[in-house]
Amino acid sequence: MRSQTYHDRANVNIEVAIAAFSASERRKRGRGDKRILELSQTLKSTFEPVIQTSLYPRSQIDIYIQVLQQDGGLLQACVNATTLALANAGIPMYDFVCAVTGGVHSTSPLLDLTLLEENDLPNVTVAVMPRSGKITLVSMETRLHVDRFEEIFRLAGEAGTVIHREMRRAVKDRTEQLVASMQSVGRPSTGADVGDNEY
Amino acid sequence: MVEITIRKRPQTEAVITQRKFFKKTARGKVVKVLRERYLRDDVACGIEGCRECSTEISRLLPPSGGLEHQLFPNGHYILPDTNVFLAQMDLIESSLFNPPMILLQTVLEEVRHRSLPLYNRLKALTKSEDKHIWVFYNEYRSETAIVREENETPNDRNDRGIRTAAAWYNTHISLTHTPIRGQKQMPHPTVVLITEDAANRQKAEQSGIVSVSVRRYVEAMKDANVLLDLLSAEGSHNIEPTKAAAGRQALYPDYLPTPTLIAGVKAGELHQGHFNANQYNYLEGSVPVPAFDKPILLVGRENMNRAVQGDIVVIEVFPEKDWKAPADEVVDQEAIQKNDDAEDSGEEGDENDEEVFSKESRVLSGSSNQKPPSERQPTGRIVGIIKRNWRAYVCHIDSTSLTSTLTTSLSTQTVFATPVSRLLPRIRLRTRQAPTLLNQKILVTIDRWDSTSRYPEGHFVRALGQVESKEAEQESLLLEFEVPYRPFGKAILDCLPPEGEQWVVPPKGEFDLQNIWRDREDLRDVIVCSIDPPGCQDIDDALHAKLLPNGNIEAGVHIADVSHFVLPDNPMDSEAAARGTTVYLVDNRIDMLPSLLGTNLCSLRPFVERLAFSSIWELTADAEIVSVRFTKSVIKSKAAFTYEEAQIRKDDPNLHDELTNSIRLLNTLAIKLKAKRMAAGALNLASPEVKIHLDSAESSDPIDVEQKELRETNSLVEEFMLLANISVARKIEESFPQTAVLRRHLPPPKTNFEKLQDILRKTKGFSLDVSSSGALAASLDECVDAREPAFNTLVRIMATRCMLSAEYFSSGSVAKDTFGHYGLASEIYTHFTSPIRRYADVLVHRQLSAAIGSTPLHATLHSKSHVERVLDVVNRRHRMAQMAGRASVEFYVGLALKARGEQARARGEPDVREDAYVIRTFRNGVGVFVSKLGIEGLVTFKRDTQFDAENYTITVPGAKEEVKISVFDKVVVRIEVEKDKNTQRGKVKMTLVEPVDSSAF
Repeated sequence: MRSQTYHDRANVNIEVAIAAFSASERRKRGRGDKRILELSQTLKSTFEPVIQTSLYPRSQIDIYIQVLQQDGGLLQACVNATTLALANAGIPMYDFVCAVTGGVHSTSPLLDLTLLEENDLPNVTVAVMPRSGKITLVSMETRLHVDRFEEIFRLAGEAGTVIHREMRRAVKDRTEQLVASMQSVGRPSTGADVGDNEY
Repeated sequence: MVEITIRKRPQTEAVITQRKFFKKTARGKVVKVLRERYLRDDVACGIEGCRECSTEISRLLPPSGGLEHQLFPNGHYILPDTNVFLAQMDLIESSLFNPPMILLQTVLEEVRHRSLPLYNRLKALTKSEDKHIWVFYNEYRSETAIVREENETPNDRNDRGIRTAAAWYNTHISLTHTPIRGQKQMPHPTVVLITEDAANRQKAEQSGIVSVSVRRYVEAMKDANVLLDLLSAEGSHNIEPTKAAAGRQALYPDYLPTPTLIAGVKAGELHQGHFNANQYNYLEGSVPVPAFDKPILLVGRENMNRAVQGDIVVIEVFPEKDWKAPADEVVDQEAIQKNDDAEDSGEEGDENDEEVFSKESRVLSGSSNQKPPSERQPTGRIVGIIKRNWRAYVCHIDSTSLTSTLTTSLSTQTVFATPVSRLLPRIRLRTRQAPTLLNQKILVTIDRWDSTSRYPEGHFVRALGQVESKEAEQESLLLEFEVPYRPFGKAILDCLPPEGEQWVVPPKGEFDLQNIWRDREDLRDVIVCSIDPPGCQDIDDALHAKLLPNGNIEAGVHIADVSHFVLPDNPMDSEAAARGTTVYLVDNRIDMLPSLLGTNLCSLRPFVERLAFSSIWELTADAEIVSVRFTKSVIKSKAAFTYEEAQIRKDDPNLHDELTNSIRLLNTLAIKLKAKRMAAGALNLASPEVKIHLDSAESSDPIDVEQKELRETNSLVEEFMLLANISVARKIEESFPQTAVLRRHLPPPKTNFEKLQDILRKTKGFSLDVSSSGALAASLDECVDAREPAFNTLVRIMATRCMLSAEYFSSGSVAKDTFGHYGLASEIYTHFTSPIRRYADVLVHRQLSAAIGSTPLHATLHSKSHVERVLDVVNRRHRMAQMAGRASVEFYVGLALKARGEQARARGEPDVREDAYVIRTFRNGVGVFVSKLGIEGLVTFKRDTQFDAENYTITVPGAKEEVKISVFDKVVVRIEVEKDKNTQRGKVKMTLVEPVDSSAF
C-alpha cells in the first residue's frame, strides 16, 4: 500500500493464518482474531530489526505464515520458520533468529513444550540472535518464579544456539542443493552455441 | 548441565513414536489425538541395588522383594492390573496390605481415564510412606512400549502392555541377579501379575508370567482374615472393557409442558409447593402442599427430578399403596459419590454410575416398609418446575475432582463444587483456575440442569477468600442467607437529617421550626431508664414506673420514634423495607437503618433528649390494666443499664433512690404479668442460646462458649414489651381492621407432635397433651426427670421444633379467629418495640401514629396488597436473619472448639469431651445435642447397628456387652473439629465416648 511505504527502508508485513483443523479440536479463527493479530505483531517487531530493510527502500516484504498443524510451541515455530524462509528467499538479515520455549516442571527445566505442557506449566518463549547473543523476543503468558526465570531463560538461550546450528545446517544443505542443481542445469547453457546466439 | 540435543526422528519411526487414538469430547464430537512419545532406555526399574538402573530417588523397592507371602517364599513384587485398582481400592489402601508393588504407567493412566477420584487416591498412595509402590513408566521405556495392533481393542492393548512389562521385569531381574562367580546362586524374586481377568491370566501363564487373582493372593497373606473383608464383592465378576462412550442417555424424566402443569394444578391432579431437601439424606426431599396433612415425600433422584432447595415445583402424587415412611438412615452425598468423575459422569455405561446407582438403590430399598403405617407419608414425583429459585451458592472446590493441581496450570478443568449447605447437590463447573481456588470459598451459580446430566452445571462467580478466614466465612454466611449487606448508598444517606451527629431535639417554642413538638408530650422529667444486653448500641426501648396518688401504678414503655426519621416512600424507607431486619452475627451487625439513626439519633441514650413513642398504662397493684394511652413524646433517659447492673441495683437493699424504686416497681408488675400470661396458657419454650466470649474486640478470636444466663431483669423487660405489643396490636387493629400489621403464631398441627409424643411415652413414660397451648405448657412442666435436670429443657427444645414459626400478616388478609399467638397465648399480637432493627415495627409505628391522630396514614399503608407484599419480604428476611445468626454462632462455636482442642492438647489432654443428649436415632448413628455448647451433632457408625425404630433405640456392641442407646439418654461425646478433606470445610465431628467408644466403628 502506498501509505505504508517508507522512503528509506522496506515495510515488513506479516500475516498469520491458522487452519481450523490444525489443533485437535476444530476451531475457526477469523482474520481479526486478537490472538492472531497479537502473534503477527510480535513476529513483526521481532523481525523488523533483524532484516536489513534499508536495502529495499520503498518496497514491502510480505511474510505469510500458514499454520497447518499445531501442538504447542506456535510462536517459536513461527519465528524459526520465518527465519528459514527469509534465508531461503535470499533476504539479507543481520543474524538468524532462533526461538525455543522453556518451561519448568516442579524443579526440572524443560525445553520445547507441547500444548499439554504449555497449558499446565509456566513457560517462556525466547528468541536469540546467536551470533551476537542478543535476545530479540521474550514472551511469557504464565507466572514463573523469578528465581526460576533466570535458569529457564539461560537454558532457552543456550537451546537457541543449538537450534541455530541445526538451522545453519539446513540452510547450507539447501544452498548446496541449489548450487548443485544450478550447476547441472547451467553447464550446457555455458556451451558456445548458446553463447553465440546471445551475442 | 546436560547437553542439549535435537532429537529428530525419521517419519518411518512414526509407528512407535506416535500414539494415535480417537477421543469423544463432552459435546459428542470425535477428535483424533496424535501424541508423540519419546522412548528412552534409562527408565529405572526401581529395585534397590539394581546394577543396570541408577536412580537418585531414595524410596525404592526392596532388592529381595516381599518375603512374607506364603506362595512366593523367594520374594516377589506384585504388579496389579487396572481392574484391581478400580475394584479393590479399599484393599490397596489398607495399612496391612503392603507388599512391594510395581505400578505401571499403563495402569495408572487407565485408572485415570476410568475414575479421576480413584486416580487421585492412588496417586496419594504412591506418595505415602508406608507403602512400597514404584511407578514404572513402561510406555516410555523402549523395551516395554507397545503399539496398538490392528483390530485390537484399547483394553487388550493395555493388557498386552502390562504383560510385556511383567515379562520384561522378570528378565530384567534375572539378568541383574546373574550369579557372581564363586557365590551360590541366590533365588531371585518374581514379579506376580495380579489380575481378575481369567483370559489375561491364561495369556500371562502362556508367556511364563506368574499371575494370580486378588482373592487367591490375599488368602495366602498373613492378615488374610482381616483383608478378605475388604475385598469388594464385585471382584468376582469381570468388569466390562472400556467402551467407546455412547450417546448420552437421559437420567431424569423430562418436565411436562407448562400449560399442562398449570391445568393439572388447577384441576387438583397435580400439586404445587416449595421443594425442601433433606439435610440428612440427599436422596430424599419433601414438598408441603395444602392438600395433604403431611408433606409429600420424594424418594430417589428420579422422583426429585432435578429440583433444588427452594424451587417451586409441581408434583404428581403416587397411589396410596406406594406411600412410604421417610428413611431412617444418614446418607451422605460425599460418601457415596466420592468416586464420581466430574468430567464424564452422566454418561451411559459409566460403571461409576452403576456403582453409585447400586449404592443408592440399596440405601433406598434398605429401609421403608417395616415402618408403622402411621408414619407413612404420601409420596410422589416432580413433573415440572414452576420457578427456579437459583441464586449464587457458597461452595468449595472438591479437590479429588481436579485433574491437575499444579497452581500454574491454566488448562480448563471440569470440577465439582460442593455447596456449604447440605441441602444442595454438588455443582459441576468448568474453570481454568481450579488449582488456585482449592482452598477458597467461592461463589457459584447454577446455570442449568439437563436431563442427561446427573449434576447441575454452574459457573464460578467470584472467590470470597481463604477457607476459615473470618472475612470469607462471614461474607459467605451473609450470601448464603441472602442478607443484603452492602453499605448504604448516597440516596439513602441523603434522607438522614442534615445536622448528622449534631442533631438535637430543638427547644420547645418558637425555635421549633419543624414543629417537632407538635402533639408531643414532654416526658423529660420522668425517671426513665433502659435495660439492655451489655454492649448494646441500638437502644430502642426504655421504661418507667411510678406510684399514682390513687394507689395505682403508672408504667410506661418508651420506644424510639424511628418513624419520625424514616418517612414513608423515600429511598431509606424502601431500603429498610428490603432489608427487613437488622442481622446480628457474633462479631458483626448488619444494620437495617444507617447507623446514625440506629446507634445515635434513635437510640434512647441516657442523659440526652430523644424522641420517643410512648405507651403509658395505669395498672392496679395486681397488674390489671385500668387504662392505656399512646403518645409521641420527648424523653431524657436517666440511665442505661445492662441486665446485670439492673439486677444488682434492684437487689441492693441499701438503695432507695427513685430509679431503683421504679425498677422494683416494674419488677413486681412483671412478675404478676408473667403469672397471668402463664395462667392463660403461654408456653415457656427453650431454645439453645449460647454466648461466645471473644478474646478481644480486635482479634475477635473466640475463647469460650457459655450458655446465656437469664436474669429476672430479662423477664422484666420482656413482660413490658409483650404488654406494649399487645396493647398496640389491639389499638391498630381497631383503627385499621383491613391493613393493621400484626404478628401471629398458628397452633401447630397435632401431627407435628406425634413423634415426640411417641418417643416420650416409650422412653420415659410421659404423655404430652397438645390439645392447647395451656395443656402443652402444663404437660411440659411435668416432664421432669429428677436425675436429669437438663431433660426438661431438652423436651422444651424438641417441642419448640415441632411448632410453626410466627409470622407477620395484614389483619385484612386472614380470618379474625386465626390472629392468635399460640406461644404467647394472646389473641392478638404485633411488634412495636424494636423499630430500629425490625421493619414491621416501623409500619406499626406509622399505623399507631395515625390511630392516635398524630400523623395521617401514608396511602400505601391503606393498601392491603402493599402491606402483604412488604410483610412477605419481612417474614422471609426475618427467617433468614435468624438462620444467619445461628450459623454465625455455629461457626464461632467451631472456632472456639478448635481453640479449646488445641489448649487441651497443649495441656496434654487428649480431646474435648462434653455431655450430650441423644435426640434422634438413626439406623447408623445418633443425633445428639450438646446443651453446653448449644450445638447439635451427628454421630455416625460405619457398622450397622441393631436399630429399633419402634422404641427409638439402637444397640451397639460395647466393650463387654451390647449397649442400648435410646433417645434422651445422656452420653459423652468427643468433639473434634476436622477439616473435610475434599471441601476444606471445618466440620464438627463427634464420636461417642460413653457409654461406648464409637471411634472403632
